[in-house]
Amino acid sequence: MSRSFRPKAVHPLGDCAAYIEFSEELDLEVNALIQQLAVMIHGRALPWMHDVVPALGGLALHFDPDHAELHGAPLQAAANLVAECLKKIDPKSGAQPRTVEVPVCYEPQFAPDIDEVAKKTRLSAGQVAQLHVAGDYRVLMIGFAPGHAYMGGLDRKLALPRRAEPRATVAAGSVAIANDQTVVYPYAISGGWNVIGRTPLEVFDASRQEPSLFAAGDRVRFRPISGEEFSKMQG
Amino acid sequence: MSIRVLRPGLLSTIQDRGRHGLQHVGLCPGGAMDPVALVLANALVGNAGDEAALEITVIGPELEFEEESLVAVCGAEFKGSFPHNRPVLASAGSRYNVGRAMRGARAYLAVAGGFAVEPVLGSRSTFLPGQFGGFQGRALRHGDVLPLRHAAASAKFSSLKKTRDGSVRWSAPPLTLPDREPVLLHVLEGQHFESFEPAAQRAFFEAVWRISPDSNRMGFRLAGPALARAESDEVLSGPTCLGTVQVPANGVPIVLMADHQTTGGYPRIAEIASADVPRLAQLAPGGTVHFARCDLGMAAELRQHMNERLAAALRGIAWNYGQ
Repeated sequence: MSRSFRPKAVHPLGDCAAYIEFSEELDLEVNALIQQLAVMIHGRALPWMHDVVPALGGLALHFDPDHAELHGAPLQAAANLVAECLKKIDPKSGAQPRTVEVPVCYEPQFAPDIDEVAKKTRLSAGQVAQLHVAGDYRVLMIGFAPGHAYMGGLDRKLALPRRAEPRATVAAGSVAIANDQTVVYPYAISGGWNVIGRTPLEVFDASRQEPSLFAAGDRVRFRPISGEEFSKMQG
Repeated sequence: MSIRVLRPGLLSTIQDRGRHGLQHVGLCPGGAMDPVALVLANALVGNAGDEAALEITVIGPELEFEEESLVAVCGAEFKGSFPHNRPVLASAGSRYNVGRAMRGARAYLAVAGGFAVEPVLGSRSTFLPGQFGGFQGRALRHGDVLPLRHAAASAKFSSLKKTRDGSVRWSAPPLTLPDREPVLLHVLEGQHFESFEPAAQRAFFEAVWRISPDSNRMGFRLAGPALARAESDEVLSGPTCLGTVQVPANGVPIVLMADHQTTGGYPRIAEIASADVPRLAQLAPGGTVHFARCDLGMAAELRQHMNERLAAALRGIAWNYGQ
């Protein structure tokens, strides 16, 4: 029997947004459903809806509460919309997720924390890279910064907490791990994840038609490249 | 047509009403911190309300108008002789030269026709963390030359009765400047309000909070009593909103402002009513606020009240222009 999915709560996120919460914990099945739901609501292109934001355990709907085409109490309208879409969703027949391939150079000049990760996990730096490449990842949520994807699917052998002291700046394109997730930093920003490599790809580029390399729900594979390839790809 | 930057001021950026519809890829709407003042400044020079203007912060710039330009400045009042809240025909070679903000923290300088910068992802707003939008994705610097679009509003303006300084006798009302501190902000209880210690729940509403110096367009940090949680478990990263008050483990609340992160892993103690956010945006570090509880009904009333005052001010401007 398949699980039935119902919102646990509808929280007002101020007076111009609602957070439809499904789970207080990360549940991969629920997370995938939230992404399907977000795509469906996005597709409706409702004039009163500004933003549809899938998160780990629920989705946020940002709206204009005074829009002429929004009838009744906004929070109720948001809840109704979700309930209506839920009825039409078949969790098994979601669109096939696209796969994004990300070339990563794991050489020491791009991997300031790989030796420490290797030491703590009792692996070699090469094995850390191999395990990271072997993973089949899925984007659970985009947040923190434009295009910043939280990806699940990291090998348990690589699970480490975040660094005690966050770095003041992590280079753009840095590939980092913490707990059971991996991320790619879109800009040079401060961050506390363990950096084990770098991609030459632009994770977020405002001048592109699709500014973000990743979308929630994407499958992601990492491909190891040499320092030489990295330089060539960066142009 | 252009404006030359002789002195950039503390933080002067081009901003409009922001870019909606991209929060799912982690990009917040951004835009003017005080959109009410932006709309008024635009109306005074005959622009659409969502046209881009120059957001001026705490210490004003010195700008030179290379050609005759119709200009209006709304929002914070800065030290200087430039007329406030009214259209001004700045002659070629004249300057906008102001000092510190005397009342409020942010003003909007709108020019008839608007700034000729390309929209990025549907908006001309400068997004500083991503270094795009506005003028080269950054705050103004000494020597910048800001291109303007051709203005059409000057003809209407020339028929108005003017004072000696090239302005008019009437003005638009300031709608977002706090008249006394601490500024009262209405908030809804946040999703995690109940997870805070009862003492912290009380302190949140009883304390007078001071805006810390490490505040910016992304968020305002509030100095006051530390807010402890009764539960120590981490909350699952979730979505945030303009006006979300989140509390990291150190107990110091942060109010998310225009350039906020779209998701956050800190407990959300409160959400500021949207109608009150522009008044908060008019506070500089050192400014004080306190919080009063409200519900969605009252937040809607506050919004309606602000919308009515703005609509009345816009009717007043239109009436003065004889429309």
